[in-house]
Amino acid sequence: MNKTVSNAEEAIRGITDGMTLMLGGFGLCGIPENCITALVKAGTKNLTCISNNAGVDDFGLGLLLQSKQVRKMIASYVGENAEFERQMLSGELDVELVPQGTLATRCMAAGYGMPAIFTPAGVGTEVAIGKEVRNFNGKDYLMEMAFDADFAIVKAWKGDTMGNLIYRDTARNFNPLMAMAGKITIAEVEHLVEPGELDPNHIHTPGIYIHRIFQGSNYEKRIEQRTVRKK
Amino acid sequence: MLDKIGIAKRIAREIQDGYYVNLGIGIPTLCANYIPEGMHVVLQSENGILGMGPFPFEGDEDADLINAGKQTVTLLPGSSLFDSAMSFGMIRSQKVDLTILGAMEVSEEGDIANWKIPGKMVKGMGGAMDLVASAKNIIVAMQHVNKAGESKLLPKCSLPLTGLRCVKRIVTELATVDVIHGRGFKLIERAPGISVEQIKNATAGRLIIEGEIPEMQIS
Repeated sequence: MNKTVSNAEEAIRGITDGMTLMLGGFGLCGIPENCITALVKAGTKNLTCISNNAGVDDFGLGLLLQSKQVRKMIASYVGENAEFERQMLSGELDVELVPQGTLATRCMAAGYGMPAIFTPAGVGTEVAIGKEVRNFNGKDYLMEMAFDADFAIVKAWKGDTMGNLIYRDTARNFNPLMAMAGKITIAEVEHLVEPGELDPNHIHTPGIYIHRIFQGSNYEKRIEQRTVRKK
Repeated sequence: MLDKIGIAKRIAREIQDGYYVNLGIGIPTLCANYIPEGMHVVLQSENGILGMGPFPFEGDEDADLINAGKQTVTLLPGSSLFDSAMSFGMIRSQKVDLTILGAMEVSEEGDIANWKIPGKMVKGMGGAMDLVASAKNIIVAMQHVNKAGESKLLPKCSLPLTGLRCVKRIVTELATVDVIHGRGFKLIERAPGISVEQIKNATAGRLIIEGEIPEMQIS
């Protein structure tokens, strides 16, 4: 039951060209920085990435875009990334924009073993094109399919060697959902501890969902919009 | 005519004690500054916060604690944190009482367009489509006309839609209007110093004017 691997390079072993990956995070908050760096180094190509955002030009998923390793991006908001926009408009990058709640719930469905969900988000819009619409109690809903990802890569605050995870503040976001949804799930954590050190009452993701875990290093944790008050 | 702060102050009057409120980016965010003293309101941020507080003091900002606009924020006593599926769960199941958001266009049927300008701006819808499809009460904060001087209150939206028949009330620099399904935009209030005639000229959709139209009260 020891799921520890030594580092990001070892954790991403088996991710090959053309695979579909889920990557946790909201903006630059709670992103798996170490694994993204390792993927850039590995040079794996033609990836489909499912993530709420696409990073910024020089950080987060933006690094994988810059090195042209992503063929398709599935996200809800991609606004802060000029290189992304360039690749999308030139047709190099295939983009599927998904409403944020739909994105979260399609991850959740995969983790809960359900093939599809029904949501009112996007009814009557271009998001609905080609999708089945069902009426329940007088309201229309779109059928949206659960995601199918080869690997999910998440970032947690604390984890133990059995894969139990605790997230911190809003760095939780999509991470617990994606952790449940990958065929293989990799967790990188800021603090890796021994079993028994985490209170079972506080575990967000039970270790059963995690296949590989490692202690991350050199976290930059960049802030996208630094907003403050004067003392 | 109202400035952005005036619009935010007017919309803040729609917030009631005990409300859970989701505020969009831009003018809606400003509404938080004008919630009347003594009123207990819980702000929801769709990246996973109930009980969002103001920006942190300089030096206290934390990369792990941001709002849906990716700005550093704080937590208030009684706040809670959760994942994105639960966040949209509470939105979809209508636990959130009021949603305030911006728009590029609203139609007289209450359709809203606020996420895409074909060929120009492709940033994505974020949580807007989920919010407008499920919220029980949606108020739009926006300018009455766009930069080209064209009305944003239209018979039909020309931009790609975010949601159908969902907007209840719109507050602009000129007026407060309600959407009456099957009838059009009903003029509720004039902004200070604005005439009914000016509002009529700035509204491309059907405008319903019944009786005396009072001037907005802004504290």
